[in-house]
Amino acid sequence: MNNVIYLFLRRLRVPLITLIVVYSISVLGFVLIPGVDDQGQIYQMDFFHAVYFVSFMGSTIGFGEIPYDFTAAQRMWTLFCIYATVIAWLYGIGTTLALLQEPVFGRMMRRRSFTSTVKQMNEPFYLVCGYGVTGSVIVRQLARRDIRLVVLDISQDRIDSLQMDELPVSVPSLCADASLPDILDDAGLQHPKCIGVMALTDVDQVNLSIAIASKLLCPGRLVISRTESDVTTANLQSFGTDLVVDPFRTYAQYLSLAAHAPYMHLVYDWIHNPFHRPLSSVYQRTKGRWIICGHGRFGRALFRAFDESDVDLTVVDVDSKKVEHIPHQVTGVGTEAVTLMEAGVLDAVGIVAGTGNDADNLSIIMTAREMNPKLLTVVRQNIHENRLVFKNSRADFIMEPGRIIANRILAHVKSPLLPAFIEEMQDKYDDVWAHTLINRMSRVVGDHELDSWAYVVGEEETPALLEAQRQGFELTLSLFFKDPYNRKRNLHAFPLMLRRGEEIIMQPGELLEIQSGDEILICGLNKSNRRMQWTVNNYNVLHYVITGNDASNNLLSRVLKKRT
Amino acid sequence: MNKEKVIFAFFIVLALTLNFGFFLGEISDPSHHNVYEFFAALVVSMICTVIKFGDRTHLGALMLATSLVADLQLVVAAGIWGYAEQVSGVGMDASNMSSVVSLSGGALLANIISVILLVVETAMLRR
Repeated sequence: MNNVIYLFLRRLRVPLITLIVVYSISVLGFVLIPGVDDQGQIYQMDFFHAVYFVSFMGSTIGFGEIPYDFTAAQRMWTLFCIYATVIAWLYGIGTTLALLQEPVFGRMMRRRSFTSTVKQMNEPFYLVCGYGVTGSVIVRQLARRDIRLVVLDISQDRIDSLQMDELPVSVPSLCADASLPDILDDAGLQHPKCIGVMALTDVDQVNLSIAIASKLLCPGRLVISRTESDVTTANLQSFGTDLVVDPFRTYAQYLSLAAHAPYMHLVYDWIHNPFHRPLSSVYQRTKGRWIICGHGRFGRALFRAFDESDVDLTVVDVDSKKVEHIPHQVTGVGTEAVTLMEAGVLDAVGIVAGTGNDADNLSIIMTAREMNPKLLTVVRQNIHENRLVFKNSRADFIMEPGRIIANRILAHVKSPLLPAFIEEMQDKYDDVWAHTLINRMSRVVGDHELDSWAYVVGEEETPALLEAQRQGFELTLSLFFKDPYNRKRNLHAFPLMLRRGEEIIMQPGELLEIQSGDEILICGLNKSNRRMQWTVNNYNVLHYVITGNDASNNLLSRVLKKRT
Repeated sequence: MNKEKVIFAFFIVLALTLNFGFFLGEISDPSHHNVYEFFAALVVSMICTVIKFGDRTHLGALMLATSLVADLQLVVAAGIWGYAEQVSGVGMDASNMSSVVSLSGGALLANIISVILLVVETAMLRR
C-alpha cells in the first residue's frame, strides 16, 4: 500500500509545486495591479478577493469580473492567468493519468490486491509456483475438488491463461519471480491456512530456492518439488523436502513395472491417472529384450530401473562414448532401419524412443513398428504443444514429464496413504494379487474415473462414528460402504488399505472392527465419496445405516422414547 | 554539493525566516505585520510540504508532519484575516490581528522544528 502512495506523491511533486507557484503568482498579480471601483477611484484588490477570483478563473467557471469591472491592465493579467492555470492543471492531471497507466504502477497495484486477497483467505490452500503443464493440471484437478489455491508464475501469459481457464473456485494469481522470498511471503507462505508449497517451475534452481525458503520460514509446511537432475534431488532431500518428483525416474519406475508386473502396473496406473487404460490393454508380452533409444536423462533413469529388475537391454545412442560401459549398445540415432536392425528390433518386445527431440522420437517408433508390428512402443514427448501428433502416434505409452509429475503429486495430495499402499503392494504382493485387485476395481467403477480418498477415524473426520461408538454400537468397516439412501445397497467403493499404527492391512475385510485412529484408504467412484461423507458425519444417517431404523433422533424424540 | 539538497534546505529555511519576519512586532498592531509577507510565508510553506512528499524515512515523515502543522496554522490564520477584513464588518482590529499573529507564531514553532530536523539529518550524514 505504502509503495503506491509514495510513488504517487513523489511523481506529483513537480506538478503540485507548479500549481502552487502559478496560483500564488496570479493572486499576487491581482493584489498588486491597481483597479478602478464604481466611483472611478483607484483601489487595490485585497487577498481575499484575489484568491476568490483566481479560484473560479483557474477552474474556468468564470463568474465575471468582481468586485468591480476590470481595467485593461487587470484584463491583460487575467488573460495570462487563464492560460497559466489551465496549463498547470493539464500538466498535473496529465501526470496523474500517465502514472496510472504506467506498467510499474499497474504491477504494484496488482501485487497489492493479490497480497490482500491472499491475506483474507480463510480456507486451507496450496501455494503453487509455476503454471506450466504440470501446474495447470494440478490446479485444475485440485480446484475441481474445491481445494483453494494461490498461483505464482514468472510469465504474464500463463497468468492470463489461468484467469481465462474458468476454474470452479477463484484462484488468486500473480506474475512474479517465485524464487524471491518476499514474493513467496506475499503469496501466503507464512499464512496460517497454507497447507503446502509446490515448486513446479521448469528451472531446478528456482524450485530449489522455493523449497529452501519454505523450509526455513515454515519448517512444518509440506513442500513438494519437481526436479530434473539427481544433484538437485539429493539437495532437496537433504533439507527435508516432503516429496521430490523426478519425472524421468518416476516414469522409468512406472515403465519397469509394466515390464515385469503388468497387472501391478495397471493398478498403479488406475490409481494415479484420472484417465485409466482399459483392462484389456494389459501387456502380456512384456518379458524379453527392450531397446532404449537415447541415453540422456530419461534413458539413464530407465536403464537403471530396468537393470534393477533384470530386463535384457540394448541401448542406442548417437554418442558412442556415453554408452561405452553398457554391454549391448549400438551407435546411431535409431531413426534409420539399419541402426534398429543392428539393435535387434525383430526379436525385441519393446522399444523406448527417449531422445530429447520429438520428431526423432516419433520417427523411431514409426520405423520400428513397421519392422516389427508386435513391438511395444514407448515414446517420450518433450514439448507439450506436440500433444496432437503424439496422441495419434498410436504409441502404447506416451511419456510426458508434465503429466507424470502432476499425477504423482495429485496422488500424494489426495492422500499420503496412496504412496504407502503402492510401496506395500510392490514389496509384499505378486502380480496375481494385483490381477484380482484390478478386476475388483474394474467391477466397481467400470469405465469411470477411479477416485481414491482416505479417512482417519476420529472426532475431526468421522464424528458420527465416534458418537455411535459411545452409544454402544459395534463399528465394522462395512458401515462405510452402505448407501445412506438404501442400506441394502452398497456404494461403488471398497477399502484398499487400513493402517493402524505400524500395522498395515491390505484390502481389509468388511467385517473388520474399526478403532479410533485407524487410517482407511478407499477407492471407488467420486460420487460414493460424497455419500460416504454423509454417513460418517451425520449421526442420524449413520443410525439408519446401522439399524435400518429411520427414526429422527432429536432431543424430544429421545425423551419420548425413554417414556414409552 | 547536491542541488536537490540546496533547494530543499532553501525552502525550509525560507519558510522559517518569512514566518519569523511576519511574527516580529507588537502582536495586536496591524501596521507591524505585512500582508504580503504573510502571503509569501503561506505559499512557501505549501511548497515546502510538497517538496517533503514521498520521503520514506522516519525523519522524512516527521518533517512532512511539521510542515503540515505549519500549513494548517497559516491557512487558519489566513481564514481569520479574510473573515475580519471582509465579513465581520469591523475591519482588522487588535483582537483579530493578535489571533492571526499568534497562529502564525504556532506555525513558526513548527517551522523551527522542521529546521532542527534538517540540521539533525545533516549532522547524521557522516560525510
